[in-house]
Amino acid sequence: MAQKVAIVGTGQTDHKSHRPDVTGQEMIREAVDRALEDCGITIRDIDAIVIGNMDHFESINYVDNWSIEGSGGFMKPIMKVTTGGTTGASVAIAAYYHVASGMFDRVLAIGWEKNSESDTTGAIITCSDPIWDRFSYSGAIPSLATEATAYMKQYGATQEDAARVAVRDRNNALNNPHAHLQRPITLEDVMSSPMLAHPIKLLDVCPRTDGACAVVFAADGEAQRLAKKPAWIHASAVRHTYSWFGDSTDYDAGLVSLARASQEAYKKAGITDPSRELDVAELYLPYTYAGIKWIEDLKFCGRGEGAKFVREGNTNMDGMIPVNPSGGVISTNCIGATALLRVAEASIQVMGKGGKRQLPKVNKALATGFGGCFWSDVMILGAERS
Amino acid sequence: MEKWLEHVEPLTFKGQIAVPYTWWAGETGSLFLMGLRDKETIMGCRCNSCGTVYVPPRRTCAQCFTDTGEWVQLGNKGTVQSYTIVRFSHPLQPVEAPFAYAMIQLDGADVSLVHLIKKDLDKLEKGVRVRACFKEKSERKGHILDIDGFEII
Repeated sequence: MAQKVAIVGTGQTDHKSHRPDVTGQEMIREAVDRALEDCGITIRDIDAIVIGNMDHFESINYVDNWSIEGSGGFMKPIMKVTTGGTTGASVAIAAYYHVASGMFDRVLAIGWEKNSESDTTGAIITCSDPIWDRFSYSGAIPSLATEATAYMKQYGATQEDAARVAVRDRNNALNNPHAHLQRPITLEDVMSSPMLAHPIKLLDVCPRTDGACAVVFAADGEAQRLAKKPAWIHASAVRHTYSWFGDSTDYDAGLVSLARASQEAYKKAGITDPSRELDVAELYLPYTYAGIKWIEDLKFCGRGEGAKFVREGNTNMDGMIPVNPSGGVISTNCIGATALLRVAEASIQVMGKGGKRQLPKVNKALATGFGGCFWSDVMILGAERS
Repeated sequence: MEKWLEHVEPLTFKGQIAVPYTWWAGETGSLFLMGLRDKETIMGCRCNSCGTVYVPPRRTCAQCFTDTGEWVQLGNKGTVQSYTIVRFSHPLQPVEAPFAYAMIQLDGADVSLVHLIKKDLDKLEKGVRVRACFKEKSERKGHILDIDGFEII
C-alpha cells in the first residue's frame, strides 16, 4: 500500500426506532457533523466520501447524489458502496482503500438507514434470487433459524446458551448513550419472548433502527495531527460467497466466509491467538446464536465450545475477549450503518473515547460485518502505527 | 423464430413484492407542508452563510454545508424559468396530459420550485409570470400538490 491509514474520528446519531423529525439527509448530517467535530476538522478538509445503505429500504437508488446535503459531498468525489448487511464494513474498507492507495488523505465513510420508512423484510427479500430463492427462504430470519437448528443439533447447544448473548449485549447497551434499545433484560425475558421461527424468539434478534454513522480515515502523518491516539488499520479482509441459499450455506462447516476472512486478517495483522491478543471485538451478531457459533469461526475458542466460552464469562466486559461493549447489533440495527458502527466502536475503544463503555486498555480491536447470503467483512484496528 | 423456442417454452416468475414506502418529511419539510395546507403560504429558508433562499426549504445548504436558519415567506407569484409540455398520459403523472412541468422561481426565492401548469399552455414561455392556485381547504392534506398548479397571470 502507498500509505498507512488510521481512523481519527467517529460520529453516530442517537439511534431510535423512528426519526420523524428528520429526513434521511438530515439524519446523515448529524453523524457527519459529530465525526468531523470528533477530529476537529470541517467538511472542507475532506478529500472524498464513500457512502452506503441498502437501496430498497428507503427506495433511494442513488444515495451518493441524493445525500449531498447530509454527507457534505457537494463537488467532491463521492462513491456509493452497497453490499447488503455488510454495507457498513464495505464502506469502511473502501474508504481505507481510498487512503491506502495514496490518492486521498482524508476520507469520510458514511453508513445509514431509516428502517422506519419501509417494510424491512419486504426489502431484504429483494436481495435474493427472484426465481429460485424468493418464494421460500429469504428475509432475515428463515436462514438464520435454519443455521441455529443445525448448530444445536451438531453441538447440543440450547436456547438458554443463545439467550446469554442477548443478555450480555443488551445489558452492555446500557453503557452506550447512542444505543437504540436501552432496557435491561434477563435470561427469563429472552426465554419467554414470543417464538418467531424455531429456535429464534423475539429477543434473540436485532431490532429495526433509524440511524447513521460516519468515520474519518486519515493518512499517516495527517492521522497523528488529527487524533491524539489514532486507531490504525492493521488489516482488512472480505469474503463474499454467492447468493444461492442451498449452495452457500453448509451450516455444519461453520460460517466459512467469516473463518476465511478472519484468518486472512489475523495473518496480515500477525495475530496467532485471537482471544488473547485481541482486547475487544465488535461483532456483527444479528441474532444470539451467532454469538456462540461464529466466535468459533473467529477462533476465539474451539468447535462446539462457543456456548461454554460465553457461559464462563470470557466475552463479558471483564472477560478474556470482551464482545460488543456497545451493545452490538441486538441493541441497535440501522442496517447500512450497522457494520460501520462495529468499525467505529472498535476504533472508539482503541482511541479511548468510549466513556462508560470504554475498556481499560485496548491495543487491538476486531470489527466484523455480516450480510447477504452469509458474507463476511473483517477489519482489525490497533493503537500501534502499522 | 429462434431455434431454441421450437422446443422450449420461455417461462417467467411474477414478483409479489410491493414495498409500501412512507418517508418522513422531517421537522423542516413538515412545517413547509403545513404552511401549504393550513395557510396557503409558501415558505422558504435562507442559508445563514451564503444567503441563498431555498424552496422547498431544507435544513442544510449543500454548498456551504451549514444550517439554513431563517424562514422566509415567499410570494405566491413567480417567473417561469423553463418548462416542458407533456403530451402523453401515464398513471404515474400527477394529472392527465396535456400539462406542463415548469421550473418556477417564486418572488423572494433564489432557486426554482418544480410544479405544474395546466391551462393556457399556448401562452407558456420562459419569463412569463405565474400565480399559485391552491386546492380547496377540504382537499388539502399537507402535500406539494396542495398547490393545484400555477396559472399564467
